[in-house]
Amino acid sequence: MDFKLTEEQLMLQETAARLVRDVYGFEHREQYRQSRHGFSDPFMQQLGDLGLCAVPFAEAYGGYGGSGVENMLIMTELGRGLCLEPYLHSVIFAGGLVDQLGTAAQKDTLLPQLGSASLQLAVALDEPQSHYQLHDVQTTAEAVSGGWKLNGRKSVIIGGQSAGLILVSARTSHGVRDEQGITVFLVDPQDSGVGRRDFATQDGRMACELYLDDVFVKSSAVLGAVGQALPALRYQQGRCMAAQCAEAVGSMEAACALTLDYLKTRQQFGQPIGKFQVLQHRMVDMRIELDQATSMTLLAACVADQADSDERSRILAAAKFIVSRASRFVADQSIQLHGGIGLTWEYMLSHHAKHLLMVARQFGDDDHHLQAYAKLLQVA
Amino acid sequence: MDIEFSVHEQAFRQDVRAFLHDNLPGELSERIALGKRLSKAHQVQWMRTLNRQGWLAPGWPVEFGGTGWSDVQKHIFDEECFAAGAPKVSSFGLKMVAPVIIKFGTTEQKAHFLPRILSCEDWWCQGYSEPGAGSDLSSLKTRAVREGDDYVVNGQKTWTTLAHFADWMFCLVRTDPEARQQRGISFLLIDMKTPGITVRPIITLDGEHEVNEVFFDNVRVPVANRVGQENEGWTCAKYLLTHERTSIGGIAQNKALLTRLKRIASQEVRDGRPLIDDPLFRTQIAEVEMQLMAAEMSSLRTLAATQNGEVPGAESSFLKIKGTEIRQAITYLISKAVGPYALPFIEDELGYGSEPLLYTDYSSAATYQYLDARKASIYGGANEIQKNIIAKMILEL
Repeated sequence: MDFKLTEEQLMLQETAARLVRDVYGFEHREQYRQSRHGFSDPFMQQLGDLGLCAVPFAEAYGGYGGSGVENMLIMTELGRGLCLEPYLHSVIFAGGLVDQLGTAAQKDTLLPQLGSASLQLAVALDEPQSHYQLHDVQTTAEAVSGGWKLNGRKSVIIGGQSAGLILVSARTSHGVRDEQGITVFLVDPQDSGVGRRDFATQDGRMACELYLDDVFVKSSAVLGAVGQALPALRYQQGRCMAAQCAEAVGSMEAACALTLDYLKTRQQFGQPIGKFQVLQHRMVDMRIELDQATSMTLLAACVADQADSDERSRILAAAKFIVSRASRFVADQSIQLHGGIGLTWEYMLSHHAKHLLMVARQFGDDDHHLQAYAKLLQVA
Repeated sequence: MDIEFSVHEQAFRQDVRAFLHDNLPGELSERIALGKRLSKAHQVQWMRTLNRQGWLAPGWPVEFGGTGWSDVQKHIFDEECFAAGAPKVSSFGLKMVAPVIIKFGTTEQKAHFLPRILSCEDWWCQGYSEPGAGSDLSSLKTRAVREGDDYVVNGQKTWTTLAHFADWMFCLVRTDPEARQQRGISFLLIDMKTPGITVRPIITLDGEHEVNEVFFDNVRVPVANRVGQENEGWTCAKYLLTHERTSIGGIAQNKALLTRLKRIASQEVRDGRPLIDDPLFRTQIAEVEMQLMAAEMSSLRTLAATQNGEVPGAESSFLKIKGTEIRQAITYLISKAVGPYALPFIEDELGYGSEPLLYTDYSSAATYQYLDARKASIYGGANEIQKNIIAKMILEL
């Protein structure tokens, strides 16, 4: 057992941290948020130029061959700066799906572009009725001459507003909520019949809703074997959850630091409010929650890229559960300890809080993962 | 012991229900049911309707326009109003400054201000918190210096809710800087149109402009606009805070929110069945409903223990703490119920826009209401301060 990072990992961590520190002050973030894509194109490009977008991919595709630990190091720093770029959804989630399911030709085309940040992808799995269940797919794909015809609606696609291609899950066979019969398609948002509605999210990102109305895609747009996508969707969502936990830990660290600083400087009743024991204990509780979350994030990072197993699924569900709960606690209590100032738009803390509250609203909430874990519980 | 409502009280409930059925505009109740933002015009419209019926100020003595209802009747009225989706009446005039004017004001102040509150001619805001005086309210620094028949006010207030709509502010100012903290404070009524007042918006995390900073630069306020004795304003402030705390308990509001949660959980789907049939989610609704049941009994007990018009003691802090915790728990479950649709931040749907809905009529307000409920455990004396009050006043620790 060894918790130490390697030299290369330390360098990666330092690179990511410095990048974020340099360009992600609050005012800059506000500008990026209001810009055309809802994030900083130059910053995304910088992540590409410095090789950070290529970290998870194999060397054959110009990548670094990184694992869950490298993803964790980058995502923690992006979370600390509340970075708006769709790294998680594009590089880790969509990139992982292409890597796992794609043909050699698809990988040759897409992965180097992802790695250099010249292409951004998005993943469209949720639907209005699915409530985080990846097998609850009502969007249909019907085989037609030369390809497929897609119909349906996909929900709340983070980064979908600026994606070059969107990975869409659709039902190609079998009945409602069957685990078989789900296929992933690469859909170009510019294709005829694709409707999009863009909107902002609570935590300052951009997302879109996707409406597919008789959208024709060629056979080459299928990603992976027809009807067999569900295990890969679950596996890659697992990797993505591990990385999202790291992003939340970075954000929690920032929120805790701001709160601790406030406790030491804010004067009421003739002393810094941090002198009051009840507030000390609350801050301690936040710190303990953060520590639990950090531990589960490490554990999740270590298993994220391992072969699929019940043990891996259990750990990832546990990490997502613990981190979601901790995120909510830190968000709520950091606002409470700040008082009114914690609720203002002009202060970074409220944006961390909103981000932390939204952690549970993607890739399954705490109930979802509590039930998933309970199902896999080892009784003896 | 008898916890049943009397025949008389039940008949009263029917009367209130009938009135609401006939007079509450559907446009208003719909906005409320969906958790959308309300404009001042919406609120004024409803307050005028209540005033025409003579029901705008149930908490006031009859001679000033009160209803003469018992506390149980007031509770029933609140419950029916929230259940029907009536807008909350603005409390700054009716429930905060009016009780202070009634208890401590001069005959002239009563005659001038109270009718104007009832008619919605005057809209009020509260000048309490300052940048350096939040939970420690008595450390406030805004200064009022007597010059002839005026006070000259200098300083700054913050978190002033709806100051940008207000005609008047009731304001705590320091009139004796030498005195110990809670002495030397006076309670002034300030016309917001007086020269020297600047109102600056504070945008909150939900993107809304509700609170403000208010700056006073040599603002002249007639001495006649002081309520109570000079340097005795803390008595007024304390009286008002206790009043505020009981209404913060928000039992009726929480009941309406719980109904909303159940409706949403019945409509949302998970695994092909209504979310409310998911055992794990259903259990969480059950838990908060039981908490609310207990809080309602506590609230009724507190009401029953006070004489009509009298102010409850430190027990009102129980109500504030539990009431806000329950509100936060229900809004959390609502935000959870809508799943990924808690993420979109669509101001158009919260406000008055006309874009088609992204998903359902209730989804866009889910996170907004959760965020909005965070302030409930901060304002009106943070819950930590309420616990200090209980420790000191009730437990005598």
